[in-house]
Amino acid sequence: MPRYQARVLVHLRPSVLDPAGEAARAAASRLGVDGVERLRIGKAVELELEASDEAAARRSLELLSDRLLANPVIENWTLELTQS
Amino acid sequence: MSIGVVVFPGSNCDRDVRWATEGCLGMPTRYLWHEERDLSGLDAIVLPGGFSYGDYLRCGAIARFAPVLESLLSFVSAGGRVLGICNGFQVLTELGLLPGALTRNRDLHFICEDTPLSVVSGRTPWLSSCGGGRRFSLPIAHGEGRYQCSDDTLKQLQDDDAIALRYCSNPNGSVSDIAGITNASGSVLGLMPHPERACDPQTGGTAGRAILEALLS
Repeated sequence: MPRYQARVLVHLRPSVLDPAGEAARAAASRLGVDGVERLRIGKAVELELEASDEAAARRSLELLSDRLLANPVIENWTLELTQS
Repeated sequence: MSIGVVVFPGSNCDRDVRWATEGCLGMPTRYLWHEERDLSGLDAIVLPGGFSYGDYLRCGAIARFAPVLESLLSFVSAGGRVLGICNGFQVLTELGLLPGALTRNRDLHFICEDTPLSVVSGRTPWLSSCGGGRRFSLPIAHGEGRYQCSDDTLKQLQDDDAIALRYCSNPNGSVSDIAGITNASGSVLGLMPHPERACDPQTGGTAGRAILEALLS
Protein backbone atom coordinates (compact mmCIF):
# COMPACT_ATOMS: atom_id res chain seq x y z
CA MET A 1 0.00 0.00 0.00
CA PRO A 2 1.52 3.37 -0.94
CA ARG A 3 2.37 5.76 1.87
CA TYR A 4 1.61 9.44 1.74
CA GLN A 5 2.69 12.47 3.70
CA ALA A 6 0.27 15.30 4.15
CA ARG A 7 0.09 18.66 5.78
CA VAL A 8 -3.24 20.30 6.53
CA LEU A 9 -3.07 24.04 7.17
CA VAL A 10 -6.00 25.36 9.18
CA HIS A 11 -6.70 29.11 9.05
CA LEU A 12 -9.27 31.24 10.78
CA ARG A 13 -11.72 32.61 8.23
CA PRO A 14 -10.85 36.20 7.29
CA SER A 15 -14.06 37.47 8.92
CA VAL A 16 -13.16 35.91 12.30
CA LEU A 17 -11.27 38.09 14.77
CA ASP A 18 -7.91 36.61 15.83
CA PRO A 19 -7.05 38.21 19.18
CA ALA A 20 -4.02 35.92 19.66
CA GLY A 21 -2.66 37.05 16.29
CA GLU A 22 -3.22 40.67 17.27
CA ALA A 23 -1.37 40.13 20.55
CA ALA A 24 1.55 38.52 18.70
CA ARG A 25 1.60 41.43 16.25
CA ALA A 26 1.82 43.89 19.15
CA ALA A 27 4.72 41.85 20.59
CA ALA A 28 6.52 42.00 17.23
CA SER A 29 6.75 45.77 17.46
CA ARG A 30 7.97 45.52 21.07
CA LEU A 31 10.72 43.25 19.73
CA GLY A 32 11.66 46.10 17.43
CA VAL A 33 10.30 44.50 14.26
CA ASP A 34 8.20 47.20 12.63
CA GLY A 35 6.02 47.04 9.59
CA VAL A 36 4.11 43.83 10.44
CA GLU A 37 0.70 44.82 9.17
CA ARG A 38 -1.09 41.53 9.51
CA LEU A 39 -0.47 38.44 11.64
CA ARG A 40 -2.96 35.57 11.78
CA ILE A 41 -2.33 32.36 13.71
CA GLY A 42 -3.47 29.01 12.35
CA LYS A 43 -2.49 25.38 12.78
CA ALA A 44 -0.37 22.99 10.75
CA VAL A 45 -1.29 19.31 11.09
CA GLU A 46 1.24 16.81 9.73
CA LEU A 47 0.03 13.33 8.84
CA GLU A 48 1.37 10.11 7.38
CA LEU A 49 -1.13 7.65 5.99
CA GLU A 50 -1.49 4.58 3.81
CA ALA A 51 -3.99 4.59 0.96
CA SER A 52 -4.57 2.59 -2.21
CA ASP A 53 -3.83 5.62 -4.39
CA GLU A 54 -3.56 9.38 -4.25
CA ALA A 55 -7.26 9.95 -4.87
CA ALA A 56 -8.16 7.71 -1.92
CA ALA A 57 -5.64 9.49 0.29
CA ARG A 58 -7.11 12.83 -0.74
CA ARG A 59 -10.65 11.65 0.05
CA SER A 60 -9.66 10.53 3.55
CA LEU A 61 -7.82 13.77 4.23
CA GLU A 62 -10.68 15.93 2.98
CA LEU A 63 -13.11 14.13 5.27
CA LEU A 64 -10.69 14.45 8.18
CA SER A 65 -10.11 18.15 7.54
CA ASP A 66 -13.78 19.01 7.13
CA ARG A 67 -15.09 17.00 10.06
CA LEU A 68 -12.30 17.00 12.63
CA LEU A 69 -9.23 19.15 12.00
CA ALA A 70 -11.11 22.32 11.08
CA ASN A 71 -14.49 23.75 12.04
CA PRO A 72 -15.94 25.15 8.79
CA VAL A 73 -17.99 27.69 10.77
CA ILE A 74 -14.85 29.60 11.71
CA GLU A 75 -11.97 28.01 9.78
CA ASN A 76 -10.72 27.24 6.28
CA TRP A 77 -8.13 24.62 5.44
CA THR A 78 -5.72 23.75 2.65
CA LEU A 79 -4.08 20.42 1.95
CA GLU A 80 -0.57 19.52 0.75
CA LEU A 81 -0.13 15.86 -0.23
CA THR A 82 2.97 13.97 -1.39
CA GLN A 83 3.74 10.28 -1.84
CA SER A 84 6.63 9.18 0.41
CA MET B 1 -38.09 11.61 36.11
CA SER B 2 -34.32 11.90 36.16
CA ILE B 3 -31.37 13.81 34.76
CA GLY B 4 -28.10 12.51 33.30
CA VAL B 5 -24.90 14.54 33.62
CA VAL B 6 -22.30 13.55 31.04
CA VAL B 7 -18.77 13.13 32.39
CA PHE B 8 -15.99 13.51 29.83
CA PRO B 9 -12.33 13.17 30.76
CA GLY B 10 -11.59 16.78 31.72
CA SER B 11 -15.11 17.81 32.74
CA ASN B 12 -14.91 19.75 35.99
CA CYS B 13 -18.41 21.11 36.59
CA ASP B 14 -20.15 17.71 36.58
CA ARG B 15 -20.27 17.54 40.39
CA ASP B 16 -21.41 21.14 40.65
CA VAL B 17 -24.31 20.38 38.32
CA ARG B 18 -25.31 17.32 40.31
CA TRP B 19 -25.11 19.25 43.56
CA ALA B 20 -27.37 21.90 42.07
CA THR B 21 -29.94 19.57 40.48
CA GLU B 22 -30.03 16.88 43.19
CA GLY B 23 -28.62 18.53 46.31
CA CYS B 24 -30.33 21.90 45.98
CA LEU B 25 -33.35 21.14 43.82
CA GLY B 26 -34.10 17.53 44.76
CA MET B 27 -34.22 16.20 41.19
CA PRO B 28 -32.86 12.64 40.76
CA THR B 29 -29.55 12.84 38.86
CA ARG B 30 -26.93 10.36 37.76
CA TYR B 31 -23.59 10.60 35.98
CA LEU B 32 -23.14 9.30 32.44
CA TRP B 33 -19.57 8.28 31.58
CA HIS B 34 -18.66 9.41 28.07
CA GLU B 35 -18.44 5.81 26.86
CA GLU B 36 -22.01 4.95 27.87
CA ARG B 37 -24.63 4.61 25.17
CA ASP B 38 -27.72 3.76 27.18
CA LEU B 39 -29.79 6.84 27.96
CA SER B 40 -32.96 4.94 28.82
CA GLY B 41 -34.86 6.23 31.81
CA LEU B 42 -33.44 9.73 31.46
CA ASP B 43 -35.64 12.74 30.75
CA ALA B 44 -32.94 15.37 30.35
CA ILE B 45 -29.19 15.46 29.74
CA VAL B 46 -26.67 18.06 30.88
CA LEU B 47 -23.31 18.57 29.18
CA PRO B 48 -21.30 20.28 31.94
CA GLY B 49 -18.47 22.78 31.85
CA GLY B 50 -14.80 21.95 31.95
CA PHE B 51 -12.11 21.04 29.45
CA SER B 52 -13.32 17.87 27.77
CA TYR B 53 -10.38 15.91 26.34
CA GLY B 54 -8.12 18.79 27.34
CA ASP B 55 -9.79 21.06 24.76
CA TYR B 56 -7.31 19.56 22.26
CA LEU B 57 -7.67 20.77 18.67
CA ARG B 58 -10.64 23.04 19.55
CA CYS B 59 -12.97 23.18 22.54
CA GLY B 60 -15.44 20.33 22.13
CA ALA B 61 -13.87 19.02 18.92
CA ILE B 62 -12.88 15.61 20.31
CA ALA B 63 -15.78 15.29 22.75
CA ARG B 64 -18.09 15.44 19.78
CA PHE B 65 -17.06 11.89 18.86
CA ALA B 66 -17.79 10.38 22.29
CA PRO B 67 -20.11 7.33 22.19
CA VAL B 68 -22.57 8.98 24.59
CA LEU B 69 -23.10 11.77 22.08
CA GLU B 70 -24.17 9.36 19.34
CA SER B 71 -27.01 8.37 21.65
CA LEU B 72 -27.62 12.04 22.43
CA LEU B 73 -28.51 12.72 18.78
CA SER B 74 -31.38 10.22 18.90
CA PHE B 75 -32.33 11.51 22.36
CA VAL B 76 -32.73 15.01 20.88
CA SER B 77 -34.62 13.70 17.84
CA ALA B 78 -37.09 12.11 20.26
CA GLY B 79 -37.62 15.52 21.89
CA GLY B 80 -35.46 15.04 25.00
CA ARG B 81 -34.19 18.18 26.73
CA VAL B 82 -30.48 18.94 26.60
CA LEU B 83 -28.62 21.69 28.44
CA GLY B 84 -25.03 22.53 27.49
CA ILE B 85 -23.19 24.78 29.91
CA CYS B 86 -19.92 26.48 28.92
CA ASN B 87 -17.79 23.61 27.55
CA GLY B 88 -21.11 21.78 27.05
CA PHE B 89 -22.28 24.65 24.82
CA GLN B 90 -19.03 24.37 22.84
CA VAL B 91 -19.66 20.63 22.40
CA LEU B 92 -23.23 21.26 21.18
CA THR B 93 -21.97 23.62 18.45
CA GLU B 94 -19.23 21.20 17.37
CA LEU B 95 -21.88 18.48 17.26
CA GLY B 96 -24.09 20.64 15.05
CA LEU B 97 -27.04 20.58 17.47
CA LEU B 98 -26.67 24.35 17.80
CA PRO B 99 -25.36 26.70 15.09
CA GLY B 100 -22.22 28.87 15.28
CA ALA B 101 -19.01 28.39 17.24
CA LEU B 102 -17.34 29.63 20.43
CA THR B 103 -13.98 31.28 19.89
CA ARG B 104 -11.26 32.93 21.95
CA ASN B 105 -12.39 35.91 24.01
CA ARG B 106 -11.80 39.24 22.29
CA ASP B 107 -9.36 40.44 24.95
CA LEU B 108 -7.68 37.04 25.42
CA HIS B 109 -8.44 36.96 29.16
CA PHE B 110 -9.97 34.03 30.93
CA ILE B 111 -12.94 35.82 32.50
CA CYS B 112 -14.31 34.63 35.84
CA GLU B 113 -16.96 36.95 37.27
CA ASP B 114 -20.68 37.47 37.74
CA THR B 115 -22.20 39.03 34.66
CA PRO B 116 -25.63 40.60 34.13
CA LEU B 117 -27.80 38.93 31.49
CA SER B 118 -31.09 39.78 29.89
CA VAL B 119 -33.67 37.25 28.78
CA VAL B 120 -34.28 37.72 25.05
CA SER B 121 -36.77 34.93 24.49
CA GLY B 122 -39.04 33.52 27.16
CA ARG B 123 -40.59 31.21 24.56
CA THR B 124 -38.89 28.01 25.75
CA PRO B 125 -39.33 26.17 29.06
CA TRP B 126 -35.77 27.12 30.01
CA LEU B 127 -36.65 30.78 30.51
CA SER B 128 -40.44 30.92 30.39
CA SER B 129 -40.63 31.54 34.13
CA CYS B 130 -38.22 34.47 33.71
CA GLY B 131 -40.17 36.24 30.96
CA GLY B 132 -38.62 38.27 28.13
CA GLY B 133 -36.75 41.39 29.19
CA ARG B 134 -35.99 40.23 32.71
CA ARG B 135 -32.44 40.66 33.96
CA PHE B 136 -30.38 38.59 36.35
CA SER B 137 -26.73 37.81 36.96
CA LEU B 138 -24.94 34.49 36.57
CA PRO B 139 -21.26 33.58 36.90
CA ILE B 140 -19.17 33.15 33.76
CA ALA B 141 -15.80 31.39 33.67
CA HIS B 142 -14.31 30.96 30.22
CA GLY B 143 -11.44 31.81 27.91
CA GLU B 144 -13.24 30.82 24.72
CA GLY B 145 -16.78 32.10 24.92
CA ARG B 146 -16.96 34.59 22.07
CA TYR B 147 -20.00 33.42 20.13
CA GLN B 148 -19.34 33.61 16.42
CA CYS B 149 -21.67 32.94 13.50
CA SER B 150 -22.37 34.12 9.97
CA ASP B 151 -24.85 36.91 9.23
CA ASP B 152 -27.20 34.29 7.75
CA THR B 153 -27.06 32.20 10.91
CA LEU B 154 -27.69 35.26 13.07
CA LYS B 155 -30.75 36.11 10.99
CA GLN B 156 -31.96 32.51 11.31
CA LEU B 157 -31.52 32.66 15.10
CA GLN B 158 -33.56 35.87 15.19
CA ASP B 159 -36.24 34.45 12.88
CA ASP B 160 -36.50 31.33 15.06
CA ASP B 161 -36.61 33.44 18.25
CA ALA B 162 -33.69 31.24 19.32
CA ILE B 163 -31.51 33.82 21.07
CA ALA B 164 -32.21 32.97 24.69
CA LEU B 165 -29.85 35.23 26.64
CA ARG B 166 -27.74 38.30 25.93
CA TYR B 167 -24.97 39.87 27.99
CA CYS B 168 -25.97 43.31 29.27
CA SER B 169 -22.31 44.31 29.05
CA ASN B 170 -20.58 42.12 26.46
CA PRO B 171 -17.51 40.65 28.22
CA ASN B 172 -15.97 38.60 25.40
CA GLY B 173 -16.89 40.08 22.01
CA SER B 174 -19.74 37.69 21.20
CA VAL B 175 -21.74 38.47 18.07
CA SER B 176 -24.90 40.38 19.00
CA ASP B 177 -23.99 40.05 22.74
CA ILE B 178 -25.15 36.43 22.62
CA ALA B 179 -24.70 34.45 25.86
CA GLY B 180 -27.04 31.54 25.10
CA ILE B 181 -29.12 30.11 22.25
CA THR B 182 -31.63 27.33 21.73
CA ASN B 183 -32.43 25.15 18.75
CA ALA B 184 -35.56 26.05 16.76
CA SER B 185 -37.82 23.74 18.78
CA GLY B 186 -36.40 25.02 22.08
CA SER B 187 -35.54 21.58 23.47
CA VAL B 188 -31.78 22.27 23.46
CA LEU B 189 -30.21 25.22 25.29
CA GLY B 190 -26.52 26.12 25.18
CA LEU B 191 -25.11 28.95 27.27
CA MET B 192 -21.73 30.16 28.48
CA PRO B 193 -22.87 31.33 31.95
CA HIS B 194 -23.05 28.75 34.76
CA PRO B 195 -26.58 28.43 36.22
CA GLU B 196 -25.39 25.54 38.45
CA ARG B 197 -23.11 27.95 40.31
CA ALA B 198 -26.08 30.10 41.26
CA CYS B 199 -28.37 27.58 42.97
CA ASP B 200 -27.07 27.26 46.51
CA PRO B 201 -27.88 30.28 48.70
CA GLN B 202 -24.76 29.51 50.75
CA THR B 203 -22.43 30.03 47.79
CA GLY B 204 -24.06 32.80 45.81
CA GLY B 205 -27.44 33.70 44.39
CA THR B 206 -30.21 31.44 43.25
CA ALA B 207 -30.79 33.00 39.82
CA GLY B 208 -29.69 29.81 38.09
CA ARG B 209 -32.40 27.64 39.60
CA ALA B 210 -35.12 28.38 37.04
CA ILE B 211 -32.97 27.14 34.14
CA LEU B 212 -32.12 23.85 35.91
CA GLU B 213 -35.69 23.33 37.11
CA ALA B 214 -36.73 23.46 33.44
CA LEU B 215 -34.82 20.20 32.86
CA LEU B 216 -37.75 18.28 34.31
CA SER B 217 -40.63 20.76 34.15
